[in-house]
Amino acid sequence: MKNWRTNIATYSPAFVLLVLYIVFGFMFKGFFEPRVGFNIIKDNAFLGVTAIGLTFVILTGGIDLSVGSVVGFSGIYLAWLIAAHSIHPALAILIVLLTGVLIGAAQGFLIAKFDIAPFLVTLGGLFFARGLALTISTESIQIEHPWFKEIGLFSFKLFSGASLSTGSIVFIMLAIATGLILKFTLFGRTVYAIGGNRDSANLMGLEVRRTTIGVYAISGLTAAIGGILFSLYTLSGNAVAATGLELDAIAATVIGGTLLSGGYGSIAGTIVGVMILGTIQTAITFQGTLSSWWTKIFIGALLLTFILLQKAVGRIDRSSEAH
Amino acid sequence: MKKLLAPLAAPLLLLAAILIINAIFWPSFFSIRWFEGHLVGSLVDVANRSAPVMILAAGMVLVIATGGVDLSVGAVMAIAGSVSAFVIAGAEEKTGTPPATLKALGAGLFSGLLGGSLNGFLVSIVKIQPIIATLLLMVAGRGIAQLISDGQIITFQDPAFAAIGSGSKFLLPNPVWIALGIVLIVSLVTRRTSFGLFLESVGANSIASRLSGINVKAVTTLAYIVSGFCAALAGIVMTADIKAADANNLGLYYELDAILAVALGGTSLNGGKFSVAGAVLGALLMQTLTTTVTSWGIDRSVTLILKAVLVVAVCILQSPAIRDKWAARKAEATA
Repeated sequence: MKNWRTNIATYSPAFVLLVLYIVFGFMFKGFFEPRVGFNIIKDNAFLGVTAIGLTFVILTGGIDLSVGSVVGFSGIYLAWLIAAHSIHPALAILIVLLTGVLIGAAQGFLIAKFDIAPFLVTLGGLFFARGLALTISTESIQIEHPWFKEIGLFSFKLFSGASLSTGSIVFIMLAIATGLILKFTLFGRTVYAIGGNRDSANLMGLEVRRTTIGVYAISGLTAAIGGILFSLYTLSGNAVAATGLELDAIAATVIGGTLLSGGYGSIAGTIVGVMILGTIQTAITFQGTLSSWWTKIFIGALLLTFILLQKAVGRIDRSSEAH
Repeated sequence: MKKLLAPLAAPLLLLAAILIINAIFWPSFFSIRWFEGHLVGSLVDVANRSAPVMILAAGMVLVIATGGVDLSVGAVMAIAGSVSAFVIAGAEEKTGTPPATLKALGAGLFSGLLGGSLNGFLVSIVKIQPIIATLLLMVAGRGIAQLISDGQIITFQDPAFAAIGSGSKFLLPNPVWIALGIVLIVSLVTRRTSFGLFLESVGANSIASRLSGINVKAVTTLAYIVSGFCAALAGIVMTADIKAADANNLGLYYELDAILAVALGGTSLNGGKFSVAGAVLGALLMQTLTTTVTSWGIDRSVTLILKAVLVVAVCILQSPAIRDKWAARKAEATA
């Protein structure tokens, strides 16, 4: 059943990552050092975690534009709970996670119950979460709590300077867990079924409405985790942090081979997508003279290339283009 | 008349509600004074500030009518603003002749046409979903704008160009006239020619439209080109207003405001039906709300939350579930 076209669509992101890594490695001195590769994971853990949740949503054929704002909100909310209310970070983290789930589930409920375009509901979520974040504080809040600092500065030494931060570990664990959920649970398979054809999924007796709410709740949860990781990374909370992150997360997901029309894609692909974005960013830093805006142009060009590739190898949009 | 106003009922009522609240608690909101040959006052200010979103919405509504969406307008604003500012700033160093103003205007608008053409090409010829096709330019466009401005804020002094965004003529600020002009042209072209009908037809059913002889690709592409043009104009107006182009922030999140204005105006985001007047009303409604809230000394962040509530409320009102319920109630009442 898997033909060569599908194989190209599935493996081309990984191939591109490999090519980019090797090309940059030969272009820039020191790029091949293990430390650099592991830093890409560390620097992009919050983006990766957020993109994982977004992948669930996109697999159902939906979209979640609120993730960037929820990341920003979670960060400042966490910092505010710890700094202004002296709540223990562990409890604060729990509260933030629950809030994230709640924001996601509320959006999912509106989408599933009223059949409103996900794009619009989550646009509302984008405004709402950013507004909440700015209501808490327009200034950045430092987190001084020793327990939190210890976790934030924790680093698991590997070899020759390479290390994993708390963020990297959470990112990797979450990727494995969600990958397994998507592949082997009823919930996971329902996600794909909804993306493939919502009506069929419904007629098959699958829990379409509950699963739809579930994927947005997961996206809210991962965005909250993303916000917490961002706070761990910067040891502070900032209401305008992660502005526009939703675009990077969508780009990473699409570059990773997940179809925005739903039904096809994987967590592994999204991870590769995140790593491609991270590698390009690192390469631009290494290059030194290219300005940061080249990152955006490169990402745009790469996005276009991958979309055209998906089009060319077909398979994919056939269902939506029956005519 | 009743048919014409029905889709506008919700935004009109909302607008009326805000105005009544203002009339009670803040009567000076309605005071308009004569100052140096033009009108000033909160109402004029609302019109002036909502002009860019009105211009954007006039283009966006056509794209949404075809069942698409244009996410790139904010980035196109940044590109057009940067291009215009770049041209005008470059010209100032040499002489400062009047043609330079026109050249800057032309270059900015051309960049918008180019962006719109790219979107139209990707959507109608390559057949990429509109959200993704325009996402490309949304991501890359801001980078391109920063490339043009070299990451700096370009400032200029040319008074003729600045007048596009900050001057006044015949009582009202220039941006208001520009917005009214664009809205009038778009309304005339869509209501007095068959273009509007074609747009709705493509949005309602593109296959049936093609089979009945409508050039679907051309109609769709044209909608995106108009949207790109409007975005460029809005970007130029805002750049001219502050005599500077900031590629980082110019037009940031304006795509969302434009879509919200269109949705508030009763245009279905599924395509097939649209109201230019509604979109204008939506833009005015949002700005009235923002001005009201900020004039009460409430923080900007609350405006964001209010916008969110607005989006969701409008969506729920437009949703099939609620519409069916109303239709059922109506049927019951007549039976």
